[in-house]
Amino acid sequence: MKHLIPFLSGLLFGVGLLVSGMNDPHKVRAFLDILGDWQPELMAVMGAAVVTFFIAYRFSLKRSHPLFAERFSLPALKEVDRRLISGAVLFGVGWGLVGLCPGPALVDLLSGNESVLIFVTALLVGNRAAHYFIGPAR
Amino acid sequence: MADEIAGGLMIGLAASLLWLGIGRISGMTGVLSSLFMLKDLQRHWALWFLAGLVLAWPAVQLSGYQTPINITSDPRLLVVAGLLVGFGTYIGNGCTSGHGVCGMGRLSFRSVVATVTFMLAGMVTVGIMNALEVQL
Repeated sequence: MKHLIPFLSGLLFGVGLLVSGMNDPHKVRAFLDILGDWQPELMAVMGAAVVTFFIAYRFSLKRSHPLFAERFSLPALKEVDRRLISGAVLFGVGWGLVGLCPGPALVDLLSGNESVLIFVTALLVGNRAAHYFIGPAR
Repeated sequence: MADEIAGGLMIGLAASLLWLGIGRISGMTGVLSSLFMLKDLQRHWALWFLAGLVLAWPAVQLSGYQTPINITSDPRLLVVAGLLVGFGTYIGNGCTSGHGVCGMGRLSFRSVVATVTFMLAGMVTVGIMNALEVQL
């Protein structure tokens, strides 16, 4: 179950990204274009996902541990610092430039689309560059 | 709109399954970083998650559902954007999935701030590109 749960979760996450259209960079950029020809539909994707996870998270607070692991692993960081803000700004600019964030980029990988391959390669290089030049994530 | 809601529900259920099943946050940035931390056995779940995620493409193609990818073919733009997204999500500890879905879902102030910030940055970027009439 320790392998099956994450596999099924990844598969369902990917199918959700594809069904919702989050994997299409053009659609994502149209969603971000609030001052132009705004296409707000993708708001429903995040809304439905957040509400669903909110319910699951509330339910989990009554339990001492997950079904197939010893403990719930929550991110340790709490404070809003310069590192968080600068990271989010850089990410947002890159997201707006092309319309891909990490999940959709990975889910589009097996399409064989050459642009996606270039983006994912740069994504991995950027991840490692931040690790080595700025420092490991805490 | 039905497809967007259905897809969003699937994403939320997938995140819920991972949390209630093995107590992990389904964040793509963390999953990607795990590829470089394979000595840490605690992170091996991410490989299984990644395998499932990547196989979603062929699975959906089998169903006949249309999944178009309209993306720029300008290699310079793709490289710059990929580097920014990889770099920014690493130092910001998350992206649309970890901060946007899971973090906001558990009402984490840090994640709400991150999500608002990257969405605004994305909107400003698209706005400027359209004002300058950049052709993708």
